[in-house]
Amino acid sequence: MITMTGRRFRRRIVSRVMTSATVLAATLAVIPLFMIFAYLLLKGASSVDLNFFLQNPAPAGTSGGGVAPAIVGTGIVVGIAALIGLPIGVGAGVFLAEFGTSRLSFIVRFVSDVLNGTPSILVGVVVWTWMVRPMGHFSALAGSVSLAILMIPMVTRTTEEMVNLVPGSLREAALALGYTRWRTSLKIVLRTALPGVVTGALVAVARITGETAPLLFTAFGNLNFRTDPLEPMQTLSLQVFTYATGPFPEWHRLAWGAALVLVTLVLVFSLGARYVTRRRF
Amino acid sequence: MSRDDASKGTPACRLATVDLTASFFDNAAVRKVNLEFPTKTVTAIIGPSGCGKSTFLRCLNRMHELSDGGTVQGKVLLDGSDIYDRSTDAIRLRQRVGMVFQKPTPFPTMTIFQNVAAGLRVNGRGRVDAVSDRVEAALKGAALWDEVAHRLNTSAMELSGGQQQRLCIARAIAPRPDVVLLDEPTSALDPASTQGIEDLVQDLKSDYTVVIVTHNMQQAARVSDYTAFFYLGELIEADRTDDIFRNPREDRTEAYVTGRFG
Amino acid sequence: MIVGTLLSSALALLIAVPLALGVAVYLTEFSPGWLRGPVGTLVELLAAIPSVVYGLWGIFVLIPILRAWIVPSLQLLFGWTPFFSGNFLGNSMLAAGVVLAIMILPYISAVSREVLLAVPNHQREAALALGATRWEAVWSAVLPYGRAGITGAVVLGLGRALGETMAVTMVIGNRHALGVSLLEPGYSMAAAIANEFSEANAELHLAALFEIGLILFVITVCVNGFARLLVWRVAGHSLKAR
Repeated sequence: MITMTGRRFRRRIVSRVMTSATVLAATLAVIPLFMIFAYLLLKGASSVDLNFFLQNPAPAGTSGGGVAPAIVGTGIVVGIAALIGLPIGVGAGVFLAEFGTSRLSFIVRFVSDVLNGTPSILVGVVVWTWMVRPMGHFSALAGSVSLAILMIPMVTRTTEEMVNLVPGSLREAALALGYTRWRTSLKIVLRTALPGVVTGALVAVARITGETAPLLFTAFGNLNFRTDPLEPMQTLSLQVFTYATGPFPEWHRLAWGAALVLVTLVLVFSLGARYVTRRRF
Repeated sequence: MSRDDASKGTPACRLATVDLTASFFDNAAVRKVNLEFPTKTVTAIIGPSGCGKSTFLRCLNRMHELSDGGTVQGKVLLDGSDIYDRSTDAIRLRQRVGMVFQKPTPFPTMTIFQNVAAGLRVNGRGRVDAVSDRVEAALKGAALWDEVAHRLNTSAMELSGGQQQRLCIARAIAPRPDVVLLDEPTSALDPASTQGIEDLVQDLKSDYTVVIVTHNMQQAARVSDYTAFFYLGELIEADRTDDIFRNPREDRTEAYVTGRFG
Repeated sequence: MIVGTLLSSALALLIAVPLALGVAVYLTEFSPGWLRGPVGTLVELLAAIPSVVYGLWGIFVLIPILRAWIVPSLQLLFGWTPFFSGNFLGNSMLAAGVVLAIMILPYISAVSREVLLAVPNHQREAALALGATRWEAVWSAVLPYGRAGITGAVVLGLGRALGETMAVTMVIGNRHALGVSLLEPGYSMAAAIANEFSEANAELHLAALFEIGLILFVITVCVNGFARLLVWRVAGHSLKAR
């Protein structure tokens, strides 16, 4: 009897300890998040003022200056990437969901999965070979293309999932009215799945906004304010990298500011994505 | 087997099947059915579940071939020409033969008006009035006009189940088809709505040839003029409804309608 | 630098897997319902933070912390092993491992959560009905059931760690070295490409970098493919991979 109680007691202790361990794990996992946000706000907010948004970077070593080129550059590079990546991604997603059993869809799905797991820097290397080298110079366009390549598998997957959620009875009803398969897919199915598709698109845009590696040798960065996509361009992510790894303390301060702006931008897209789905309910 | 026409004076038949066989891959679900549908009447198709009723119905508007492995042999004649002929456009056919499904399926992103108009081909700007007229006519024909006339621009999803089904019927009749196919239209509805649909079916026959698949014999007896009994993929017997239920010729028909199986 | 890539990823897994599993188990089994959403969202937010920002934080926050508290303690306890010998200058394999761990944690945790959620309830209930404590039910009934899927989640995390570039290159020291000590600077394939590609003028250098890229690509594709296979088999086909 005593040993039974002893063993049960021990098991109870073990259970409590392990349960607490998981709570500890959860807490530990969340701590870095709070730390990062805290430091971003503390260190970043101090360098973010109006000049930060409006000015170009100051000459190396001097204080002041802003990240206007980076902000505009991010807008251009991400914007063009979205223009390229979203139609292809959504189209592929609809194709896979509607015609998912053909041999072509197997190839599409395979390529998409492979791309999904590829390190982003390798995408940058490939685009460098295809675009930068033949063109002879870096360009925002090359940057956009690499971001689009990263974006397409993400968007394809979420679009396919969302379109698959549309009940088959809706498709049948449309077909019975005399709609062609493509018209059914686009006008009925896609429209019904649209909120979910938009969410997936916004999440993908949020992800590529933060990307740096593929831009290292495609968009490359620029000290000056530029809007021509055929020229090298600066983005917030590249700016953070350059400033953080640079030798000047002033640069480090600006890096935090740029990082704060970047993370805010990413969060706006991410939370915007959630907001879209919330409205549906 | 076909029905005994001469003595009963049936109206002409715009729709008929000739040796119709429908298969999924290599398994025939419907075998060599010869059936005629008298114009502007209601024909009910009854039989135990799995006997091929819905498959047969879906052959009449070429929906069966859209299923995985769906193949069709034989003919379906609409006004004398085979709808399975190579020269027939399946899309245009489906505008002449409308279908309503078991589960009400209004398009969720469209308003009531847009739903009803969904099947109409709007051929250019000047036809907007024509569309409104057709929508109104269709909604009246579906006995839904009074209930929704004031809120045509609201979402179709706000309607009740019975109203949604009537909306689907309105959507199906808006293009003014020749034939309306109803696949167990009341199975998913409550008794009150079911009654409404059954009344509607009776009204529809003044303008359309109606074919209704139902697993509910009483419903078949209530709404139809002609009834066809299917069993295990074959047409066993088809005749006027009264005769099928009171005087069936086949044993199997009698067994089914008296409730001994099914 | 192949060794460097593997070492940094291995270290990251060592740190991240127990934590991520703990989080997943906590969220699926032990946490009160109202806490599940918020905590889950917070862990997912970790995945939304860009790599450069992790690098920035790693340089200016993590490394000072390591230098001040963690490394001295580690050197006290394990200084006699080859892993913790030498001087800690800041940029090191250890720093890279820790940052990577934080970065891959949300992925492992999210996939593990879905795997655990896919475990049918009757497994838990059967164990509990036999008199198991809550932990024992999880340890002996739920986790074994999801073993393949969790392995998949871990391999997925590995895949991400292998290809991670920015945060690693910012804290790892970027030195071609073959040391075993975690306190010394190191290198990874992705970091090498990031650093040297723009300056590689000699054809041979460029070709070498391409080759490194190819190796990295092949390794990542294999690892990711394997992971997907494991996860898909256990937790169904509609898995939201990120």
